[in-house]
Amino acid sequence: MTEPHAALAELTEISTQIEAAVLFDADGKVVAATIPEARAAQVATSAKALLERAGQIGGEGELTQLEASTAEGSLFVVRDGSTLIAASTSAEPTAGLVFYDLKSALRAAAKPKPKPKAAAKPKPKRTTPPKPNASS
Amino acid sequence: MRARKLIALGFAAGSLLGIGLYARRGKASERLDLYFADGSLVSLHSDSPEAAPLLVHARDALRAAAT
Repeated sequence: MTEPHAALAELTEISTQIEAAVLFDADGKVVAATIPEARAAQVATSAKALLERAGQIGGEGELTQLEASTAEGSLFVVRDGSTLIAASTSAEPTAGLVFYDLKSALRAAAKPKPKPKAAAKPKPKRTTPPKPNASS
Repeated sequence: MRARKLIALGFAAGSLLGIGLYARRGKASERLDLYFADGSLVSLHSDSPEAAPLLVHARDALRAAAT
């Protein structure tokens, strides 16, 4: 399992409020998801469009996260650099907790995979320089 | 007979008022909270002209996530 997939698996395990989550890049390309690929791509496209359009409203700085509450449920989108995560929850979730879990998942997904330890190299044999022949 | 009619009318009016209040409550719960890097928060309610097109994207995403 890759790091992004493991991060999403952990996210859905620890957060009972999150129903589906999609991790995607700045171009809208899905990196990992808890739902089938075609649906994940639709979620990523809509979430990216939402973030881009919402970013044009108010605020001096960059839009880093949002919550859209609808009668059908809530959609959360969080950005960390070039990686984004979108998650759906049921109606009226605990927003602070969901944001915290999503940020943790983004950080976990961005973690570089630990490199397997290289096998210990055999120590080079010490070679003693040939002794100068005393007789010659 | 007249009292019964009045009670029925009162009941109907109360029901309509209840439905109206419930519908209004449901609509008011639709909103968009935007958090910016500078720490500012913009909250848009569904009846604002800026929120309506954004909530369309949110509903699309939620529908795709749920089906």
